[in-house]
Amino acid sequence: MTDPPAGELVTGGSLTGRSGAALLEVRDLTVHHGQLRALQGVSLTVAPGEVYAMIGANGAGKSTLLRAISGLHKPTSGSILLDGQDLARLRPEKRVAAGIVMVPEGRRLFPSLTVEENLQVGASYARPGPWRIEGVYDLFPWMRDRRGQLAGQLSGGEQQSVAIGRALVANPRVLLLDELSLGLAPAVVRRIYQTLPELLASGLTVLLVEQDVSQALRVATHIHCLLEGRTTLQGPPGDLTAEEIEGAYFGLAGVNGPGGGREAPA
Amino acid sequence: MSWVNAIIQGILIGGLYALFACGLSLMFGVMKVINLAHGDLAVVAAYTALGVITITHVPAVWSFILVVPIFAVLGYVVQRTLIQAALDRSVLTTLLVTFGLSVVIENALLQFASADSHSLDIGPLVSDSIQIGSQISIAWLLLVIFVVAVVVLLGLQYFLSSSWQGRLIRAVADDQEAAQLSGADYRHVFGIAGAIAFGTVALAGLAFGMYSSFDPTIGTDQLLLFAFEAVVIGGLGSLWGTLVGGILLGVVQQIGAQIGPSNQVLAGQLVFLLILVVRPQGLTARRSTA
Repeated sequence: MTDPPAGELVTGGSLTGRSGAALLEVRDLTVHHGQLRALQGVSLTVAPGEVYAMIGANGAGKSTLLRAISGLHKPTSGSILLDGQDLARLRPEKRVAAGIVMVPEGRRLFPSLTVEENLQVGASYARPGPWRIEGVYDLFPWMRDRRGQLAGQLSGGEQQSVAIGRALVANPRVLLLDELSLGLAPAVVRRIYQTLPELLASGLTVLLVEQDVSQALRVATHIHCLLEGRTTLQGPPGDLTAEEIEGAYFGLAGVNGPGGGREAPA
Repeated sequence: MSWVNAIIQGILIGGLYALFACGLSLMFGVMKVINLAHGDLAVVAAYTALGVITITHVPAVWSFILVVPIFAVLGYVVQRTLIQAALDRSVLTTLLVTFGLSVVIENALLQFASADSHSLDIGPLVSDSIQIGSQISIAWLLLVIFVVAVVVLLGLQYFLSSSWQGRLIRAVADDQEAAQLSGADYRHVFGIAGAIAFGTVALAGLAFGMYSSFDPTIGTDQLLLFAFEAVVIGGLGSLWGTLVGGILLGVVQQIGAQIGPSNQVLAGQLVFLLILVVRPQGLTARRSTA
């Protein structure tokens, strides 16, 4: 692996050296929400087969990053590349065809459609690949019996599973998972994350956003921490100490490094 | 017996109201666009049929073969350009834009076709009827219009619930952004819904032009109003509801007219207001998912 050295502190500049094997690359991305700068010069490189986890506190810019990658949010500057191809001109729906599919925050199922219809919509513009609706039923066996039920009537955890299924049947190359655990019981979250190895075995690459750091550390091959829109820390989880992560997460003085130069709010 | 007759006439004319209303209901349900030019489009369709008949000499009854596809294409184009441009700004802008469209259409018709009323001449069919007893007579034309309306609404319902395009239309109506994340171009889906809405309102306009006379202002004065009432009475988002709403409106109007000829429109509006007070979600509305 050509990962950067353990616990490397990144100052928000561009990251080089891993682009050879990159499937998804984000270069120096800056995104605004109106006047607010939600992301500031964030760069990252996701290699095929990785589980790349973005962590950070509320409002750190994690979801904005995923929304920018999926095309829902226009960046102010910087570029997003899939297999070296710049995605800037592709609308969100075209990025699905390119192989980027997101499971959005809050599930966002079609509530008046049945479980099966939700999956069918997901498969409408599918790329060729291993995932079929039947495969999703095998992954989540309860779904087969309840395929005729309206998605709006499912529990939060069930909806999350359907949302993952809806993304899978599009046969993405990169699956973006935005806050899977939001509003779900820990046991439910664990069960959903247990399906991750099966997804990876089918050749997927995963870029996920997770507020639950310990959950992210359990599943990720690479951790990337954001604080107020800037990168504060990244590296393989095995190489990062709990103190480093805590410091980068909360922006404690000394660990934040020269990147922000800003004190975290007291 | 005259009461039975009134109810039968009401049911039949209600089919026409439902045909008017289904496009309005579809555009609101899918794009959240309240198309204030909806009634005027029906009138334009009737005038277009006049033109088509003059040029091609097809019998008036068959004019729909040309007019409906023309309006479907027009619907796609207007949705993708004018209405989408308004939607990109805000939902309120669509109200202004469709209101403006309505004014433009009416004045253009007044300018180029004069204020005279016209009708689509379908020959003896207009007066042929089935006589049942001495009191009840069912006009063939109204019966045919009713059957067409029911077939169109059922067909549309089937299309929405069973075809993959219909599924996409419902998905986009639920959540545009999530549909985009599934690879669907919601603007194109909106265009398809616009095409269906314009096609059905054109068909309704032709049926109306054969059944009654029309002039440039009848679109907003009557047709839009009745379509709105049918949609609200039946409940938004359900084509079954629209059919029920249209029929109920027709029946109430005919009963009102039976009591006194000047009560026809009033009776319909009273029921419309009553429904708004007692059951604002409409008679057949499904449980709210919001």
